[in-house]
Amino acid sequence: MPKGEIVLGALAPHPPHVVYAENPPQNEPISEGGWETLRWGYNRLARKLENLDYDAIVVFTPHWQTYVGTHFLGLPRFTSKSVDPIFPNIFRYNYDLQVDVDLSEAMCEKAAEAGLITRMMRNPDFRVDYGTITSCHMLNPKWDKPVITISSNRNTHYYSPEVMIEQALALGKACREAIEESGKRVVLVSSHSLSHRHFVTESPLPEDMSREHIYNHSQYVWDMALIKLFREGKMKEAIDIMPEYTEQTIAETEGGGIIWMMGAMGMPDYPAEIYGYQSVIGTGNCIAAWVPEPDAREIVL
Amino acid sequence: MDEDIIEFGLYVPPHPHPLLSPEANDGYGRLRAAYDECRKRIEESDADLIIVYSTTWPSIIGHQFQANPNSEWTHVDDDFHYLGSMPYSFTMDAEFAASCVEKAESRGLQARTVNYDAFPIDTGSITALSLLNPDNRLPATIVSSNMYANRSETIVLGKAIRDALREGGRKAVVVVVSSLSNRMFTEPIDPSEDRIHSQKDDDWNRKILEFFEDGRLEDLSQLSREIHGQIRVQKVVAYKPAWWMAATMGQHNNYSGEILAYEALHGSGGAVIQLTPATGSVGDKEFDEDDVEYYKGDREVLNKGMLE
Repeated sequence: MPKGEIVLGALAPHPPHVVYAENPPQNEPISEGGWETLRWGYNRLARKLENLDYDAIVVFTPHWQTYVGTHFLGLPRFTSKSVDPIFPNIFRYNYDLQVDVDLSEAMCEKAAEAGLITRMMRNPDFRVDYGTITSCHMLNPKWDKPVITISSNRNTHYYSPEVMIEQALALGKACREAIEESGKRVVLVSSHSLSHRHFVTESPLPEDMSREHIYNHSQYVWDMALIKLFREGKMKEAIDIMPEYTEQTIAETEGGGIIWMMGAMGMPDYPAEIYGYQSVIGTGNCIAAWVPEPDAREIVL
Repeated sequence: MDEDIIEFGLYVPPHPHPLLSPEANDGYGRLRAAYDECRKRIEESDADLIIVYSTTWPSIIGHQFQANPNSEWTHVDDDFHYLGSMPYSFTMDAEFAASCVEKAESRGLQARTVNYDAFPIDTGSITALSLLNPDNRLPATIVSSNMYANRSETIVLGKAIRDALREGGRKAVVVVVSSLSNRMFTEPIDPSEDRIHSQKDDDWNRKILEFFEDGRLEDLSQLSREIHGQIRVQKVVAYKPAWWMAATMGQHNNYSGEILAYEALHGSGGAVIQLTPATGSVGDKEFDEDDVEYYKGDREVLNKGMLE
């Protein structure tokens, strides 16, 4: 069996607004569009993924929040309706996803061997979080690849950003080992925004783009500083500033997604492909991809 | 007077153990028995409505009020999914929820009702309503906890709900769903060995329980920031339940307090507490400045706590 590998890692923000704006048949609310910069970036990355040979998508999501260890989806299929508790007016999505349970169990086992607290989630009534659904829908709207969702352990709040980083890196390394032993080709998805301060009011038409902008300039400057490091392939430096970045922008990086992904990918030192940056209800969202195979890398933006 | 609109208030924990596994630990069983006692008291009361403020339902766009007349689904907790599923069917008072939104907006708040099939009601609200109102004898509404709101916003929210109660001529049981100390063990534990995470958390919890038992709700409200710093994992900007409870029930210390149970829930502090608006307790508490008609002395405030 050939050694498994990570073929691409994507930073894939999950504001449900982008699914709402796409008007897929699975989502009940109807929109007039909006957030095109993000959606078109997503559409382009989805086209790239269509031409990549891969077996499964592994998603790390901050909207499955666990305090007792890290949890992994552990049943072959989940079918239900996801209603966003924050934005129920725009996201009520009927999903039907397949899970690669073998790989999920292997990652869970490797993480446990590395000393992390882990648990498989095998309750059939469990509702998969909207972060997973939004990122996966935008990256693979056909839903023709199995998915594995990994929960976000809340180390940042319980201990410190530094403890979270250490554990997220260890989790990433464990997942990489499991992927390599599986012989599978895998896409990793870190599902989160960058800066994460929301407006607490909403325009009557949520997709009214005349009202959309970043919450404040400080958030924008910090987001750009981080994206500059992405572009330059300086991911170790990006992780090094992550505690301060997260504190300054109350960023969704506090969940550990991109750190887990960088840990799994061996801390890339090559430039990321940038597919777009746009604010959604004040938060900063960047779509980026890291591609280990040099011949498959592009300069997108 | 407050008892015209508030029958009594309850403070209950958000964890699902008393609902799903009361037999796993004597303490969980005692919490369950306390819930059952509160259910009986609600049934015997004159309340016509239950208002739940849940710390496990965060909101961003202002304050959300659950308004689906028949809110039905099967919920599974993110952490404790292995304890089982939580099917529910709740009757919500859509009219009262709409009135709360109107009153909140008139006080400057952003607010809206939510009425969507399959809306994910949170673990804490499901646990509370399933145990306190299992047959939907009373209609309810659930109020979200806005993640950015701080003291003034939370207190105004409570006052807006009082406005709605007064205007509707309603009488409510107020339910706050929140832990005391909220630090859980980050590893699996044998339920039979559950305990409060640390001595410090336990000490603070017991001090808070003393305040509750003395009916000092406004004092607890005033202490919220200190409580947040001492025994709350810093997941949100502030410890808001006491602010909301005081503002909704009445910002004073004239309550009869009863601690029905205090137990560990995977390390966090879980308590079932009842506060009932009372009269006649003026004079021995701190923030109980009444509308004084007759001078009765200095109430010996300065002598209290002095070394003898």
